[in-house]
Order: sequence, then structure tokens, then C-alpha cells
Amino acid sequence: MIPSCFEYHKATSIADAIAKLQDNEDAKLLAGGHSLLPMMKLRFSEAPYLVDINGIEGLKGISIDGDTITIGAMTTESELIRSDILQQYCPLLVEAAKLVADPQVRNKGTIGGDVAHGDPGNDHPAVMLALDAQLVIHGPDGERMIPANGFFLGTYWTALEEYEILVAIKVPALTSGTGHGYHKLKRKTGDYAVAGSAVVVEMNGDVVRDIRIGLTNVAPMAIRAEAAEDLIRGKRVDDVLLKAVEKAIVAACDPAVDLRGDEEYKSHMAAIMARRSIIQAIENAKE
Amino acid sequence: MAKQAVSFTLNGKTVDVLVEPRELLIHTLRENLNQTGAHIGCETSHCGVCTVDIDGESVKSCTLLTVQTAGSDVKSVEGMATADGLHVIQQAFVDEHGLQCGFCTPGMLMRAYRFLQENPDPNDEEIRWGMSGNLCRCTGYQNIINAVRTAAKNLQQA
Repeated sequence: MIPSCFEYHKATSIADAIAKLQDNEDAKLLAGGHSLLPMMKLRFSEAPYLVDINGIEGLKGISIDGDTITIGAMTTESELIRSDILQQYCPLLVEAAKLVADPQVRNKGTIGGDVAHGDPGNDHPAVMLALDAQLVIHGPDGERMIPANGFFLGTYWTALEEYEILVAIKVPALTSGTGHGYHKLKRKTGDYAVAGSAVVVEMNGDVVRDIRIGLTNVAPMAIRAEAAEDLIRGKRVDDVLLKAVEKAIVAACDPAVDLRGDEEYKSHMAAIMARRSIIQAIENAKE
Repeated sequence: MAKQAVSFTLNGKTVDVLVEPRELLIHTLRENLNQTGAHIGCETSHCGVCTVDIDGESVKSCTLLTVQTAGSDVKSVEGMATADGLHVIQQAFVDEHGLQCGFCTPGMLMRAYRFLQENPDPNDEEIRWGMSGNLCRCTGYQNIINAVRTAAKNLQQA
């Protein structure tokens, strides 16, 4: 399989990339390419012009300043896994990246591509929601920063406007009393999730002061399970409460039916993944 | 669509090719440079038979445009054996019967080549995780794991 014809431009800067997007109708950005190129081969996408943003200075790398971690959008999954900063201050991202695809794909696939593609099956969107990440976006009118919560609007549909590029992601460093969990049910290595759930909790002793639950691949886009969060906030978590939380999560799901399962199965699995992530998050908040 | 001139290093030698932007590296290797070691399997970056090494990382060459490899250092399975004989990893696959039909073997070898540099002394779980981007449809995984383990041991003694 070979994509249909397109023109190719290797961008030299973010400004150059934005200019090429403006100058060429229906142009698309080429990041890791491991979603886009298969889609182009299968003719789900027929971009006439690709702007390759690999190699632009400043789009890669992980740094920490105070309690904010900044991750360049073109940082690969393998680089996330190898990052000492993330291992120490945001291990949720490391754990989630390890569950993305396989080693070869992780060498090319980028966190920015995973987030900006808008595929509900991608792992990072739910993680971004759980972390309450901020997304740094460059466009013809300059820079803006928006929360991940509200960024995911539908399947392959995000709050990115025309000609805009996601350039970096900002996530909070882990503080004492904060815990996280990510669980993903998949049929095999490399597959998208049947269902997945990322959870971040802030504990006050045994009481959950705050919680954010992100869900992967059980709706047209990654979603927050807000009703379930409301049930937990301010409470001690026990089995009775978790049963109620599971029900709230099932109610929040609206999965597409495919070979990975029907609606009932996927929704139920989302509840199980969320339950495990909640328990994991509370456990490691205590450590 | 106008073709573009692209130069990269393949197994230590500089190669110059003229390709359309849509040409994938696997096709350039096999059809333009007659290096047919890397195979074409699923063509959607799942199976790993097209795995080559680019600038020190394992990459699936069915999901990379040749124009993206300009200036890169590419190593394919043809670069493993020398005049002195098989590479230690290749010999381990022979010794452990780490192949049945052999179709996945070039990808397995190239992935093992890089994986054992990333992790020279892996346990079995780490081998399974490190090799998880390569499928064997004969399902001969156990001997492949054995081969990688043996290769790790022999490389450390070499």
C-alpha cells in the first residue's frame, strides 16, 4: 500500500510550518506519522501536502521549572519512557507511554501527535484530562494556552483551529499526597484499548480531596467521568462507593461498537479499568 | 509528482536515490536498492517484518517516507553478517531454531540487534516486551525468546 501523491516539505521552524499550512489547502502536519501514514495508505486521508515537523528545534524535550513540567509536542513515546524527570515527577506519563503501541512505533510516535490527532483510541488524551494538562498552541496570531479539558471535541476533532500547531504540553509535577493510575485493557500488544482509564487523586489523609478520571476509547473522544468524580470527592473510598462509581462510569460511556466488543462490554470494562486506576492512585498517593 | 533526490547511509555505504515523496523506505530498499532482506507484511506498522535500524533506533520502514531518511544512518539485515560469518545474533537464531518459515526473521534480527544494545542483559519478560513489535505467524515465539537470550549471553562473552 502506497499513499496517493502529495507534496512534501520539511519545515525549518514553527513559523515556516504555519506558513506552509496557510499556503497549501488541506495541508497536514507530519509528526511521527504512525497514524497519518497508515490512514493515507488506506485512503482514509488524502492530504495533498505534508508539512514534516520532525527536526524543528524546540519541539522536542522535557524540562521542569518549579512545579510545572513542559514536554515538547514532538517528544517521542520512547523519550517519555526514558525520561528521569517524568519518572520522578510524573510517572503516570511513563506508565501510559509504555502501554502505547510497540517499541518501534514508540520510537516514532509523539505525545503531541497522539493528543492532537483526536483519536479516542489514543492513550494520552485521557491522561491529559486526568493530569489537567495545559496545551501550548501556536498559530498565525501567536501563542495561546488552553486546558486539555475541553480540547477533545469528537473523533478526529479537537479545539485546534485552522493553521494551528500544538507545540508543547504542560503538566503539574507530582506533589505529596497526589497519586495516579492508568489501566488499559487491550486484546494484544499494539492494539488500541478496549477501554482505558487514567486517574489522578489528591488525598487528605484517607479522604479524597480531589480526583480526575479520564476514559480512553469509550466515547467519540476521550472524556472525563465527572459524575463519578463527584461521587468520590470529599469521601473515603470503600467497596460500596466504588460500586456506585462503576455505575456512574458505565453511564458516562458511549463507545463505538467494533471487533473489540459491544457497548455493554466496553462500558463495563471502562468501569473496571477506572476502579483499578482509582485503587492504584489512592495506594501510591499514600507512599 | 516531482521526484526528490535523497541521500542516506545504508549499511555503511552512501546511497543516492530519486523518489516521489510518497515512496516508503521499505519500497526504496527492496525495489530501488535491491535489498530484499526487510520484508513487507501488514504494511500498517503492526507486524515488524520491515524493521530496520535508523540512527540507533528500530523503525518500521513501511511507515516512514524515504524523503524522511535524508542524511540518516540506516542499517538493514544485509549489514549483519560479515566475511567472517554470521552475526552472533543470527547464529543464536540458528542454534535455538528461532525461526520456522523465516518470513519474520529479518525483522526479528534487526529488532534484537537494537534491543540488546538498549538492554544487554534482559530477563525473559524484558525480552518479550522489547520484541513485542514483531509478530511471528508460525507462533514460534518461545524459540525466538530463547535465541535472543542466547544472543545476549554470547554477545556479553564476545
